[in-house]
Amino acid sequence: MENSHKTNASTNEEKVASFTLLSNLFRANIRQYGMFIALFVIMIIFNILTEGTFISSRNLTNLYLQTGYIAVLAVGMVLVIVAGHIDLSVGSVAAFTGAIAAILQVKMGLPTIPTILLTMAVGCMIGMWQGYWIAFRGVPAFIVSLASMLMFRGAVIGITKGQTIGPFNESFNKISVGYLADIANMGNFHLLSVLIGIIAIGLYIVLELKKRKTRVSYGFDILPKSFFAGKLLLVSSLIMSFILSMALYKGIPYTVIIVVLLVGLYTFITNKTPIGRHVYAIGGNLEAARLSGINTKKTLFAVFTSMGALAALSGIVYSARLNSAAPSAGNLFELDAIAASFIGGASANGGIGSVVGAIIGALVMASINNGMSLMNMDISYQYMIKGLVLLLAVWFDISTRNKSK
Amino acid sequence: MSENILEMRQITKEFPGVKALDEVTFKVSKAEIHCLVGENGAGKSTLMKVLSGVYPYGTYTGDIVFEEEVQNFGHIKDSERAGIAIIYQELALIPEMSIYENIYLGNEIKKNGLIDWNEAIIKSHELLKKVGLSDHPDVLIKELGVGKQQLIEIAKALSKDVKLLILDEPTAALNEDDSENLLNILKDLRNEGITSVLITHKLNEVMEVADTITVLRDGQTIKSLDCNTENVTEDDIVKLMVGRELTNRYPERTPELGEVMMEVKNWSVYSPMDSQKVVIDDSNIHVRKGEIIGISGLMGAGRTEFAMSIFGKSFGSRIVGELYLKGKKIDLNSPKEAIEAGLSYLTEDRKEKGLILIQDVKQNISISSLKSMTDKGVINDNEEIKHANYYKDAMRIKTPNIEVKVMNLSGGNQQKVALSKWLLTDPDVLIVDEPTRGIDVGAKYEIYTIMNKFVAEGKSVIMISSELPEILGMSDRVYVMNEGKIVAELSGKDMNQETIMKYAIGQGGNEHGKQS
Repeated sequence: MENSHKTNASTNEEKVASFTLLSNLFRANIRQYGMFIALFVIMIIFNILTEGTFISSRNLTNLYLQTGYIAVLAVGMVLVIVAGHIDLSVGSVAAFTGAIAAILQVKMGLPTIPTILLTMAVGCMIGMWQGYWIAFRGVPAFIVSLASMLMFRGAVIGITKGQTIGPFNESFNKISVGYLADIANMGNFHLLSVLIGIIAIGLYIVLELKKRKTRVSYGFDILPKSFFAGKLLLVSSLIMSFILSMALYKGIPYTVIIVVLLVGLYTFITNKTPIGRHVYAIGGNLEAARLSGINTKKTLFAVFTSMGALAALSGIVYSARLNSAAPSAGNLFELDAIAASFIGGASANGGIGSVVGAIIGALVMASINNGMSLMNMDISYQYMIKGLVLLLAVWFDISTRNKSK
Repeated sequence: MSENILEMRQITKEFPGVKALDEVTFKVSKAEIHCLVGENGAGKSTLMKVLSGVYPYGTYTGDIVFEEEVQNFGHIKDSERAGIAIIYQELALIPEMSIYENIYLGNEIKKNGLIDWNEAIIKSHELLKKVGLSDHPDVLIKELGVGKQQLIEIAKALSKDVKLLILDEPTAALNEDDSENLLNILKDLRNEGITSVLITHKLNEVMEVADTITVLRDGQTIKSLDCNTENVTEDDIVKLMVGRELTNRYPERTPELGEVMMEVKNWSVYSPMDSQKVVIDDSNIHVRKGEIIGISGLMGAGRTEFAMSIFGKSFGSRIVGELYLKGKKIDLNSPKEAIEAGLSYLTEDRKEKGLILIQDVKQNISISSLKSMTDKGVINDNEEIKHANYYKDAMRIKTPNIEVKVMNLSGGNQQKVALSKWLLTDPDVLIVDEPTRGIDVGAKYEIYTIMNKFVAEGKSVIMISSELPEILGMSDRVYVMNEGKIVAELSGKDMNQETIMKYAIGQGGNEHGKQS
């Protein structure tokens, strides 16, 4: 502040200013950063513990495939949680719809596309059933989904008669074990995947620049240039390492494509459409949302219908991966999906959460599963650690929320 | 003069932007019934919250002297221990528990570390006798009427050796017999040496039981009247309650009234809890184009319920009556339909029912108008930002930008955000419920200006307010509600504080402006 030390002071001030800016940014976005940091730390830890096996392109591709069916559930679950509810039935519903798919294809010989469509339709109807009780009959989602959890677990045992049903057609199986074909044969380097990655980075940078320009024109807060450039670089290299982790093995799996498309679609719906906004409004303040003219019941019904459809998709991806449907499938999927949403920054009180966050959360949960399996850790510890992670994630949410108040 | 059990000296309590209590002095003698009266917002409840430790020592200035000792209550438990009990309008009993369980809840009689229920039942018997009840202590609270529940609350207070009993609007929900009974119990207790402070709007009750009356107005003690030595009339009290100078706190407006914009006919609403109970009873109002009408009444008169029932049946189980908008009969079944028809309702409680505090200014403003900003089902961000920025400037919402979360704004600015939301829906009729509650004078003036500008476009405002000066300063016509009914329509020289207050407390009779 003193004039006599102007030059010295001003550089110092700048440093202090940029430091406070950075720490403010960090504090304001701790939920979003928190999950990335968690993912990063977990990956490093497992990489050390497994002596480098964890971060190998083969294992990482495997990890993405393991994340797939949980990620699909998490996309739906985060909306349910944002709306201020919960769905405990998704594991049983995924198992049930997986079994439906198996019966349609293996027992009745339906081709893959009709099998998928019919299975998704069943999922939709299950979602509507739950949505009806929750939205229009006012039964708490906890109870409705707990009931469904039991009912559909019973149903899956019933329709499979306790037997594993398989195998599926090759085309169905490919959903979870197939990879994008390459345009050139370059051995352990998947050219098309890398090209897709480059295009994605290009698109990302263009969109960010455009967004920044509009924000400037409206006088909103923007990151200083150096931070902005740093952010672009960081995200671009994240996209590239994600792509490379697959390109150096067999390329991009179909499952990853499904998840990426789903994330794009749901991010679009939540940010850009009235119904998406309504979900956040309902979770933020139900009464205010109702008095603002939102049809809260219809919106809630839609949220659970989407959850049902995604549970079916998850069931398809999972049974395609196993190439069969088993009565015990989907066990504790709901835990992973719910934990993924919370780790991804969703608030236990509703109104806050993001689809991208839920995917990162799903990767965290899958990393824990994958890492512990690589280490041959006893299953009993695996359950205990996953439970603890869920507890800590929600505690983190609550403690950061109290601070921001 | 007998000695004082309580002396509150120069109590000042400030909330951000508002001085709720301004050097209030309040003295209560031993073994008397002391009535505390005043308009809504005069500071009665705040004063009692200071006394009971809800607002702990240190958050106010001034001294509380109870039984000749200065008290520093940090918590409601402290004041209870000293012998002060408050019974609120919303009863704190647990319906699924029995009478004796409720009486000793949190204050259980213990023997060897275990609850001695037998002793509790025996003692409950005695306490019930004291408050004139013959019910068995085993009976569940939910099986009792409100009147009896009120008495159980008193019994509960007595179980804690209460010396000073404070009752906040105890008879508001009671019928005449129950009220009478309650007042008699208070008199009996007085004879046993228990002091009561009674907060009530019902002046006839005040006249019946009060030994002393203290009038509060705008956070100040206006006067204490000794009913045993002075000859006090209800009119005296009304004058003291409202008699303030009206300064120029309201922007000028020359009303240009057009034809009838909205009319509500024979409107009756039944309680959502009990579909037999009438909450709004056969009420009629109308509002013209370019007109601001006021709806006045005491708390609990049913004004909010009336407004919400009109706004897409957002209150009530069953609604009978007719609603006309611009001469056309309409039937609105949800807030959504009401908004589409051209109605808006600014809620009384902006934090609980009006705004989504965790969302930003922009999202709160656009939430009711998203449809009009979509292009093929996709929200046009630029449109949304443009509208939000327009209202930020037009309403002078003090915020760095429209991406600030609403919870970080002051009350006045929050209210402007809520108003912006409604103006953006382009309504014909704007219903505002306590539009300036808890906001500072400057912001009040701005909100009044916005309302005036709105009606100048040939639209209509229905304003519910508990502040009489606001009603008089802003409205062209005033409806007064009492116990769920519109009891008067006042305009011209009948529109004054005394007349409104008289109708509001149910003393209006039939001589004035009966409904058309």
